[in-house]
Amino acid sequence: MKQFDVIVVGGGHAGAEAAAASARMGSRTVLITLRRDAVGVMSCNPAIGGLGKGHLVREIDAFDGIMGQAADRAGIQFRLLNRRKGPAVQGPRTQADRKLYRQAIQSLLAEYESLTILQGEVASLIVNANRVGGVVLADGSQITADAVIITAGTFLNGVIHVGDHQRAGGRVGDAPSILLAQQLADLNLQRGRLKTGTPPRLDGRTINWSVLDSQPGDDEPTMFSFLNSAPFAAQISCGITQTNERTHDIVRQNLGRSAMYGGHISGVGPRYCPSIEDKVVRFADKDHHQIFLEPEGLDDPTVYPNGISTSLPAEVQHDYVRSILGLENVVVTQPGYAIEYDYFDPRGLDTALQVKAMAGLFFAGQINGTTGYEEAAAQGLVAGVNASLLASGRPAISLSRSESYIGVMIDDLTTHGVTEPYRMFTSRAEYRLALRADNADQRLTEKAIALGCVSETRINAYRKKADLLAAARTLLSETAFSPRELQAAGVEVSADGARRSAYDVLAFEGVTPEHAAQLVPDFASFDEAIQLQTARDALYVQYIQRQDRDIQRLRADEALAIPPSFDYSGIPGLSNELTQKLKRALPTNIFQASKIEGMTPAALLLLISHVRRPSRQAMA
Amino acid sequence: MDTIFALASARGRAGVAVLRISGPLAHWAAGQLCPLPPARQAGLRVLRHGGEILDQALVLPFAAPHSFTSEDAVELHLHGSIAVVAKVSEVLAQMDGLRLAEAGEFTRRAMDNGHLDLTQVEGLADLIDAESESQRKQALQVLSGAIAQKVAPWRADLLRAAALIEATIDFADEDVPVDVTPEVLALLSRVHQDLAAEQARAGAGAAIREGFEVAILGAPNVGKSTLLNALAQREAAITSDIAGTTRDVIEVRMHIGGLLVTLLDTAGLRDSDDVVESIGIARAKQRAESADLRIFLLQQQGEVFDVAPRPDDILRLAKADLATQAAPAVSGKTGAGVEDLLAEIASKLETKTAAAGVFSRQRHMQALSTAQTALGKAITALPRAGDLPEVIATEIRVALTALEGILGYIGVEDLLGEIFSSFCIGK
Repeated sequence: MKQFDVIVVGGGHAGAEAAAASARMGSRTVLITLRRDAVGVMSCNPAIGGLGKGHLVREIDAFDGIMGQAADRAGIQFRLLNRRKGPAVQGPRTQADRKLYRQAIQSLLAEYESLTILQGEVASLIVNANRVGGVVLADGSQITADAVIITAGTFLNGVIHVGDHQRAGGRVGDAPSILLAQQLADLNLQRGRLKTGTPPRLDGRTINWSVLDSQPGDDEPTMFSFLNSAPFAAQISCGITQTNERTHDIVRQNLGRSAMYGGHISGVGPRYCPSIEDKVVRFADKDHHQIFLEPEGLDDPTVYPNGISTSLPAEVQHDYVRSILGLENVVVTQPGYAIEYDYFDPRGLDTALQVKAMAGLFFAGQINGTTGYEEAAAQGLVAGVNASLLASGRPAISLSRSESYIGVMIDDLTTHGVTEPYRMFTSRAEYRLALRADNADQRLTEKAIALGCVSETRINAYRKKADLLAAARTLLSETAFSPRELQAAGVEVSADGARRSAYDVLAFEGVTPEHAAQLVPDFASFDEAIQLQTARDALYVQYIQRQDRDIQRLRADEALAIPPSFDYSGIPGLSNELTQKLKRALPTNIFQASKIEGMTPAALLLLISHVRRPSRQAMA
Repeated sequence: MDTIFALASARGRAGVAVLRISGPLAHWAAGQLCPLPPARQAGLRVLRHGGEILDQALVLPFAAPHSFTSEDAVELHLHGSIAVVAKVSEVLAQMDGLRLAEAGEFTRRAMDNGHLDLTQVEGLADLIDAESESQRKQALQVLSGAIAQKVAPWRADLLRAAALIEATIDFADEDVPVDVTPEVLALLSRVHQDLAAEQARAGAGAAIREGFEVAILGAPNVGKSTLLNALAQREAAITSDIAGTTRDVIEVRMHIGGLLVTLLDTAGLRDSDDVVESIGIARAKQRAESADLRIFLLQQQGEVFDVAPRPDDILRLAKADLATQAAPAVSGKTGAGVEDLLAEIASKLETKTAAAGVFSRQRHMQALSTAQTALGKAITALPRAGDLPEVIATEIRVALTALEGILGYIGVEDLLGEIFSSFCIGK
């Protein structure tokens, strides 16, 4: 008898979300972490959400996950980014109080009865016949389970650089997981090396706030969870300052002492999060760079200066920071550092995030080459759900590019791999107009309910909302108005004789729910949130209809799965070159196969026919 | 599922051409052209569209699943004329929900619908390979030639425009330019105009089928009609010594250098008080504008007409038999210089044929047209770039995807690369 169904290794954002998802699905789950009190720690910037990232958090919430709930409880400055642009590109974001966030994650996890949290170091995996059966801890004790999810973050062969000093470690103050790294290295998976950086941390009590601009949160804060409507914690503002020529001079003069520019780092860093060294070198014509001073907590004086991550020596950091307006007398409480770490090429995973070469083994989070809490948590969710499905003998699920940002991310990772730490952007989603943060529940919660991943409370709340939205839409769609009637209600429309419903005209410029209520008085009886959501759904209808045909084609290709055991060498007529490429890539479905470089329609056709053959025999 | 159509028989002149339509709207679409016979029965029908007769054809409908693709399908056995096939294809392409099939798509559908078994597919693989072989050749041509050169700058412009818009969306919180509208407008307008020009130029492709128009222009009584008759080798136009003999446009169809050509004789260009002659002169100018090539017969070098000159105009001194100046001259009367003139016409038309070949394929034309329509919409929506940038981004993406269908795949990484190399992202 196995001790657990699912083992989650690591208590970061991927691990916490994976453990919660698995436990929510009813699997007996154990989360093993080096430090119990560090579960849910935000080790980089103290913020959740943003563009693309906020979408991911909403999708996690649609699966009844914990990240959105924790962010709402810990949020101290909520802002809906792109508030003045269309709903498809609006992303919720909040500054989070580190301590409140960690506490929220820990208390949310404590609510799961089938989840055990264990402190210890995982030394190795138990493997039987190419199948994972559990883990061995550093103290020699064994824990058995059907599935193991590794969420090792930057702990794998982590090296921290401050100037020309370096030491092994995953995060300042934590030991790296060398034992586990060796074990995983034996699996012969492709590996790569990435880097990321952090800025120096400042003592907020030594910042001269009076000379700085401040950025308050929104007047009407937008929450992450579909279940919450207002912040839990007190709200604060962030400060804004900027670098100047003197800062840049100091950085330039000391470039040779930077770990990155001194040649100590081989890993690839993200283009979208350049260090101050990078900014000064690559954008030499800019005479200043903006810095957001983000408080790390309500009762914590630490301030995170977002925009000046660095791997310069501590004394140089001290000098350049003090050259900045408002920071003339600032005390650096912890110098910034760069960290290099190993990741495993995510092309070695299937769309359930299971390692293709090892049944029962799942990877989620930074270990797959991503960056960001939200990206990590979203993968944790997928791995947790699928590990639970595996343990209960049910087939894996994968999310489509056409239904979620999570699907976009996992398809990107498993098809293309990464060349820099992967971060979500709304521009990665080709069906962006349909994949909005505001409709994540409409897109995904029904699916989550079918999987048994959603609590009773949320099911009821979701169903009630879904019914109201359907009713509102039907109400607005069932009556068509003449241009004259529309004009009388204040809707600008050409007198072309075409009759349009109130739902149709909600897509027009300047048409608001008030106009709709003018045309269909009963619409006013729906509460404001339902009215607004109906308007958001109506806004892009014509574009979404145009995309639907593409989506159908995509889903058909995604639906045709290629079994992991599929033998490509058994296909006569397929070129050797393509056979080799397919064997390396092991595409999960025909859509992925179609994207392999050099794939021709003829070869795809052959592949389809061979993939289909067994199922047809089975039917016969 | 789209309804698709394509010529199922070989291209070019033939006794019969088979056009195949497959998909849920196949019967509806064919039914727009004629009453359909029962399934699996051929019927002779007159195909009509908007009151115009397209062709008389043998029409053969198939009902799902008893067709090559397992879908509803119709075969139109047309007369094997390039013009008929083009016309019927054009009519079908205009119907909502129909599009031209991609290479191998009928076979793919047959496969997807489980209609073909493996041995049949393997038999068909040869056929499909033949198509990808031509695709390979085409790709090679693109590699070394004009399509890549034409599309690359459009792609770069659109990528830049998309990056500007996307930067304002994905990095709203960062130090990126806020008002990108002027640059985006300039980029989109440039591509939009180029696409329009390219589509217009593709008219030369149609001219290969329908014949090039070559107009003869010049002052009254310089011998235009005499030249026409000499070129056509028959008395097509009345000639006389009286200035202004030719008043209307006279057309003669003939072959020059293996190409079908319509020669136009026109009224002499001069100021005239005669109402009828003035109409003739106006027509001459109009045809001069629309002609594919113009021959100007000059009384002396440097003579200027009220017709905008083009770089490829052919200039000849008239009445070579009487000529005293040392310059290229022609005489319809003696035939002097006629061979030389014919050679120059042939060579200039050949150049046009080659230029037209770049975007001659219907698939390319559809891509250009899709891209142009999307850009038009994006330009219209541009004043709202502040509050609905995602809609403009969507249209640019449609245009990029259409053009990328000609050249190859564009990933979002290209887009992000453009953003990151242009702006300092990372607050």
